[in-house]
Amino acid sequence: MLHTLTVHAARDLLRRRACSSVELTQAFLERITALNPALNAYITITPEEALQMAREADARIAAGEDTPLLGVPIAIKDVLSTRGVRTTAGSRILANYVPTWDATAVAKLRALGAVFLGKLNCDEFAMGSSTEHSAFGPTRNPWDLSRVPGGSSGGSSAAVAADLCCAALGTDTGGSIRQPAALCNVTGLKNTYGRVSRYGLIAFASSLDTVGALTKDVLDAAIMLRAMEGADPFDSTSVDATPIDVDAIAATEPRLHGVRVGVPEEYFVEGMQPAVERAVRDAIAHLADLGAHLVPIHLPHTHLGLPVYYIIAPAEASANLARFDGVKYGLRIPSADLISMYRETRGQGFGSEVKRRIMLGTYALSAGYYDAYYIRAQKVRTLIKRDFEQAFERVDVIAAPVSPTTAFRIGERTDDPWQMYLADIFTLPASLAGVCAISVPCGFDEQGLPIGLQLIGPAFGEQRLLSVAHAYQRTTDFHQKKPSLDQAL
Amino acid sequence: MEYEVVIGLETHIELDTASKMFCRCSAQFFGAEPNTHVCPVCLGMPGALPVINKRAVEYAMMVGLALNCKIARYTFWERKSYWYPDLPKGYQISQYQYPLCYDGWIEVDVRDVTSGWQEHAERRRIRIRRAHLEEDTGKLTHAGNYSFVDYNRSGVPLLEIVTEPDIRSADEAYAYLSALQQIVRYLGVSSGDMEKGAMRCEPNLSLRPKGSDTFGVKVEIKNLNSLRAVRDAIAYEIERQTRILRAGGQIQQVTLGWDEARRMTVVQREKESAHDYRYFPEPDLPPLHISEEWLEAVRARIPELALARQDRYRREYGLSAYDAVQLTAERAIADWFEEALRTSSAPHSLPARAKAVANWIQTELFRLMRVHNVPLDNVWHIKVKPAQLMQLIELVEQGTINLNTAKQVFEEVFQTGEDPRAIVEAKGLAQISDVPTLRRVVEEVVSAHPQQVQQVLNGQEKVFGFLMGQVMKATRGKANAQLVNQLLREAIEASRT
Repeated sequence: MLHTLTVHAARDLLRRRACSSVELTQAFLERITALNPALNAYITITPEEALQMAREADARIAAGEDTPLLGVPIAIKDVLSTRGVRTTAGSRILANYVPTWDATAVAKLRALGAVFLGKLNCDEFAMGSSTEHSAFGPTRNPWDLSRVPGGSSGGSSAAVAADLCCAALGTDTGGSIRQPAALCNVTGLKNTYGRVSRYGLIAFASSLDTVGALTKDVLDAAIMLRAMEGADPFDSTSVDATPIDVDAIAATEPRLHGVRVGVPEEYFVEGMQPAVERAVRDAIAHLADLGAHLVPIHLPHTHLGLPVYYIIAPAEASANLARFDGVKYGLRIPSADLISMYRETRGQGFGSEVKRRIMLGTYALSAGYYDAYYIRAQKVRTLIKRDFEQAFERVDVIAAPVSPTTAFRIGERTDDPWQMYLADIFTLPASLAGVCAISVPCGFDEQGLPIGLQLIGPAFGEQRLLSVAHAYQRTTDFHQKKPSLDQAL
Repeated sequence: MEYEVVIGLETHIELDTASKMFCRCSAQFFGAEPNTHVCPVCLGMPGALPVINKRAVEYAMMVGLALNCKIARYTFWERKSYWYPDLPKGYQISQYQYPLCYDGWIEVDVRDVTSGWQEHAERRRIRIRRAHLEEDTGKLTHAGNYSFVDYNRSGVPLLEIVTEPDIRSADEAYAYLSALQQIVRYLGVSSGDMEKGAMRCEPNLSLRPKGSDTFGVKVEIKNLNSLRAVRDAIAYEIERQTRILRAGGQIQQVTLGWDEARRMTVVQREKESAHDYRYFPEPDLPPLHISEEWLEAVRARIPELALARQDRYRREYGLSAYDAVQLTAERAIADWFEEALRTSSAPHSLPARAKAVANWIQTELFRLMRVHNVPLDNVWHIKVKPAQLMQLIELVEQGTINLNTAKQVFEEVFQTGEDPRAIVEAKGLAQISDVPTLRRVVEEVVSAHPQQVQQVLNGQEKVFGFLMGQVMKATRGKANAQLVNQLLREAIEASRT
């Protein structure tokens, strides 16, 4: 059962030469061949490249090298540039785009000797909460193939949940790592904005985009962050923080004495699925059992997260996506003149959700509306940020649900953008504040669908956040539960 | 009715940095193969991010300071969105709300030199509204049914300088642009070459009845590839619009292009609805904080500029406006001139020395540099050094050599770099000032040319020159001309009896 291995377990085997990277890679490739047709987690599978990387890793292992990801097969969300491997962003407009260089996060993993299995499905340009808005078809939730895996990193969450890789890279702009992690019963860490370089990440909303990982446990999340973090001369918004101490997290005793856990009333709203509320409240009680001190807190501007996000993110996206014009790369629909070429290329190249957001953003930035929408949204964003700053004066982490519901059915919300947007109400505020947050499995609803607990930490507070999450995971076994996947085989 | 023109200029200046505004590509792209100075950032590839070029910011601050602008202590970048194939990201990173430099002014001397040099100039002050930093676009070439894009220029730092509508004539616009060009060259931040596109100017202009304080209908003129084209296009437009207005017609709000071959403006675009660029702060770049220390360090790098030097040369040395303008046209020449003066051993007679140096520079130095194809800004790389010119001038002043010899010596210094004094000594070029020796030669000449002596006595002064020439010839040019002149007069007078 090589495919069930976590990153650190895989490294143990490789270090002890109990298996080779090539064997491990082959095991994953076989499983991908068997399961991907039903799950559609991968857009692009790269067996030759993967085996070549595995052979190189084996040579490095044989030479005595021992780095945290050496020889470990992982997969990459298709919004991150990979040298020589097409990178689609889930869009028709980039269906044949092959980058000439690696995203910084990818380059760091490559240098450490990780093996890349392929590129993972996602909502087009990471815009969505279900992975249904992909030009390459929806990804299915391994726990129930009729349901969505969440999004936009739905290919990543499904691949990790179904053991189609040891770990997966994702991106989180408004919840795109945490929400799919919750819906697929995996661990998903959204890093503090700026902790991991965005260079090479195909931008959705530049002031919100973060690169992170979806993993099988918290320790792997720490390992992946340690591998990718750090200031990058190619990203002016990236920052150097004290590096994550993975060993310290691994050594954490499952005791939370002295840890103050804030419980925000605003995150338990009417209309949320009762099973979700129950599971999250149980998880919080569990933290108290471990010794944490629970503190009721208020994040009064939480309800404004959604409207603020849907002004700022589309505004930035409307400019970020302007470069896809058919002139330089990607799709071009030849037309009689320049303007029709633009119209046809973008008209046919972008899906409906992307177009909706470009229009929202263009409108919000237009003369006469700019002050009322964009400027006002920025002001409210500051208030949301202040909510967290004030809360973190009193608590160390905040505990909350990730998503108000468990996985919904494919097609259930595609005609109702508002319902779709509501899937992110609990994840948007942390994104707007730029702080770090993690989703860890904390239970299942009546239908056996996974539920996630969200732990939120202050900016650059990943070390403490991961320690608390690890303490929780060491004393629970939700994250070890696997979907049956009988339907998929 | 009398009409008055109101002109505002928008000028783009490419900054001469080693790398581009937001990436590490070389910005020195002139003449390079298309699309060879490019990278993911300046091509607008998915996932590429900009990083600020500090040097470009400093260059922009220098221009701002030279234009007496205030420098923003806090500013940020903004995205200006519009569609065009030469704009790879679909937006230009620019500055809108808080330009790096604002509220400045520049003084210029306006001269009408169309009919020769005018010593008199009118000094005008033109206010600078703003100067902000942005990135240049690529370049389109159209051929038949195809258009080609070259992104070598994409991302080159560009400074946009906007004046208030203070300019009132084509000559003023010309004077402003020349001054601006000279400033960026003095600062060493741009070649300012309009022909190469390193400086691009788009005037906007309107006419109104003289004395009116409202603005008329504005036109914009593009495609101006030289200073002269700017002046000619504006002059043409003033004339054209005056004619239309006098005939009771109306001016259309259009964008015009200058047709250099036909020497006229042609309509490029009809009036279009105002563009909505949807500016918003660039989230990929942190805001820019400019500290007092940084600003002062940049300020310290600004040299004395041309106009200030002209005023000083005229005030302190009594030079003519013409000399002052000539000497300051290139900063290297002005520096060279000042260095020569610094080595003068007679600080009390600086005006005389300055005039002498100015004359030498504008005649012999410029002539030899022209003959040897040395551009004026390379004056520091030629063999002759400022101190050597001063030495030469002092040799003439002391009477050691005469002017003719000095010119020969200067040419030799120009070619060998040897000191004038050494050359004079080695070649025995010192002039003959010994009266008995000269008198002997003069008397020989007078007795050999009785006819010419008679002609001088009859008032034919030109012939005196001939006799002078004979004496110089006999002394191989070394005779002290002043003495010869005096002795020859005496000898001729003496032969009257």
